[in-house]
Amino acid sequence: MNVAVAKTGNGRAVSDLFASAEGRLPGSPSGIAVRREAFETYERLGLPHRRIEEWKYTDLRALVGEVLPLAAAPDAAALKRAAEAVKAHAIAGARKLVLVDGVFAADLSDVKALAAEAGFRTLRETLEKDAGLLKTAATDAVIALNAAMATDGVVLDIADGAQLSAPIQIIHIATVASASAFTRSQVAIGKGARATIIESFVAAGAKAYQVNDAVLLSVGDNSDVAHIRLMDDAPDALNVTSHFVTIGANVKFNFFNMTTGAAVSRLQGFITLAGEGSELSANGVNLLQNTEHGDTTLVVDHAVPNCVSREVFRAVIDDRAHSVFQGRIIVRPDAQKTDGKMMIRALLLSDEAEADNKPELEIFADDVSCGHGATAGALDDSLLFYLKARGLPEKQAQALLIQAFVGEAIEQIADDDLREHVIGIAERWLERRQ
Amino acid sequence: MPLLEVKDLKVRVEEREILHGLTLTVNEGEIHAIMGPNGSGKSTLSHVIAGKPGYEVTDGQILFKGEDLLAMAPNERAAKGVFLAFQYPVEIPGVATMNFLRTALNAQRKARGESEYSTPDFLKKVREVSKSLNIPQDMLKRGVNVGFSGGEKKRNEVLQMALFEPSLCILDEMDSGLDIDALRIAADGVNALHSPKRAMVVITHYQRLLNYIVPDIVHVMSKGRVVKSGGKELALELEASGYAQFEDAA
Ligand SMILES: Nc1ncnc2c1ncn2[C@@H]1O[C@H](COP(=O)(O)OP(=O)(O)O)[C@@H](O)[C@H]1O
Ligand SMILES: [Mg+2]
Repeated sequence: MNVAVAKTGNGRAVSDLFASAEGRLPGSPSGIAVRREAFETYERLGLPHRRIEEWKYTDLRALVGEVLPLAAAPDAAALKRAAEAVKAHAIAGARKLVLVDGVFAADLSDVKALAAEAGFRTLRETLEKDAGLLKTAATDAVIALNAAMATDGVVLDIADGAQLSAPIQIIHIATVASASAFTRSQVAIGKGARATIIESFVAAGAKAYQVNDAVLLSVGDNSDVAHIRLMDDAPDALNVTSHFVTIGANVKFNFFNMTTGAAVSRLQGFITLAGEGSELSANGVNLLQNTEHGDTTLVVDHAVPNCVSREVFRAVIDDRAHSVFQGRIIVRPDAQKTDGKMMIRALLLSDEAEADNKPELEIFADDVSCGHGATAGALDDSLLFYLKARGLPEKQAQALLIQAFVGEAIEQIADDDLREHVIGIAERWLERRQ
Repeated sequence: MPLLEVKDLKVRVEEREILHGLTLTVNEGEIHAIMGPNGSGKSTLSHVIAGKPGYEVTDGQILFKGEDLLAMAPNERAAKGVFLAFQYPVEIPGVATMNFLRTALNAQRKARGESEYSTPDFLKKVREVSKSLNIPQDMLKRGVNVGFSGGEKKRNEVLQMALFEPSLCILDEMDSGLDIDALRIAADGVNALHSPKRAMVVITHYQRLLNYIVPDIVHVMSKGRVVKSGGKELALELEASGYAQFEDAA
């Protein structure tokens, strides 16, 4: 398998990536034209690097260097491994939609059960008729690359008034080493609906793979939506994910992200509050060890008046890991009475751990209440000693304090079972460092 | 064999010697009081026994049941039966008291090769003890010491003492910041735990506490040394004449 190198000026190698994948990319002729254009954008920009402001702390050229060729469509053996991973990571009661190496796996998914409550198609099916889903504001190279290369994804339609009786869990599974998967999904939620969407990223034995995912999510007026993303990819994987979220009026939207895997990861979320009276709660936890690099970048755009946004972000950084949190709150000129708060805290567990916290406010309205705070520090020695004096070994004492530290973000998850599930993932991460 | 033997202990903090050769022997079942003015090194002694980092032992030794205590990590000392009730118990937000108690108790039991407490046994035990100490159940659901009053913090220390069943309890200024009622509850809790197998070292600045916890032996500490030891009447003598007479002896 030849590896295509995506560096500036190396047009030929980059083009190979697209040329060799083209036969596998779904879409009508007009869709392929959209892909070509997106690919040209990507070629022109190359992988993001530190001189691009938004990517200053996550220099993909230095950290990753190359985009791996597309993973082959999963064969029976791959699907069998994926089935095991589904068992291990499925959330009890949730309706599963499984993507294996970037391809929807119907046999591992609960399509029938879901059909009663939500409209569902694959991205592949959707693209046969309409290339619209490939169109996103692609000034960002990884998003353009996603549009060019996306092989599959889920397209969910949750009707006005729908009250989903169970969460929907989209599970991304990697089974192929040294290859990449590109997925793109759309979740359209109508008015007055209630839904919980969970996304999980896991490996089924695969190593050193790359994931590039994009999610387009819209929420209609008066809906109540929880969106939870749990990224636990293999420790040597790459995961770059882009979220585009548009929120209507009087909506309660609760987003939570947890990063416990991947050598290099970036979640970039672009959340627009487009209707008045909505409440956004966006929270995240990065748990990083070894030389992992985890970047969460959230842009919350208050486009209209009278919305509330709350962001609580916690990073726990061990060894020589590096956490990045960039949170920007934009308040447009019309968005009076905006109430936006963001709190970022990083816990450094080693002298070589690194945290870059960059909260930013861009306020163009005058009658608003916005604020942010960012701190970074080590575990409190006096608390550690108290716990040790009561019999807890060092690592166990640390674990208890770390759980308390991330608990402030995790407790924002309203559903008890889901919260317990997330706490379980954090506990397993803590066990890895015992 | 004595339970605790502190022999000619010299301790430095940040290059400054705080304890200048302190000797103290505690046997099973005894109640000792250590009295001394502020800054005489009482808390330093208790911290060194518990294993708090930041203290440099330059000379002497501490034996606990004949074993070298200074070679053990703080958690090992706890599992062996050393308990320090802190002068200033810390607040630990986000760690529920109940979870903390269970984790600590089971860590100690595991270190001793004992089986973990079953949940019903644990709950029963916590309920019993907290009731006798007047600790409401909802306090146990809160973060460790978070939002507790001074008296509640001290009672929480006594609760832990009762749960962990240590053989040596060191109480550092248990009376500080407590009114008479709170003091009585805490002292009753301590007295209830006294047994022929368990020794208590009560560190205090004032004689007042010793009206409630009656010592067998009283030590006077001054400037990093034990300068006088005697029976409980020594405490009354101190109350009457103050510490000044001992300053020169140190
Ligand atoms: N961490 C520390 N750093 C510097 N000096 C200390 C520290 N802890 C205690 N000391 C000093 O050691 C002496 C004894 O303090 P301490 O043991 O707290 O006395 P006591 O408990 O009898 O009031 C005091 O002079 C105090 O200032
Ligand atoms: Mg003191």
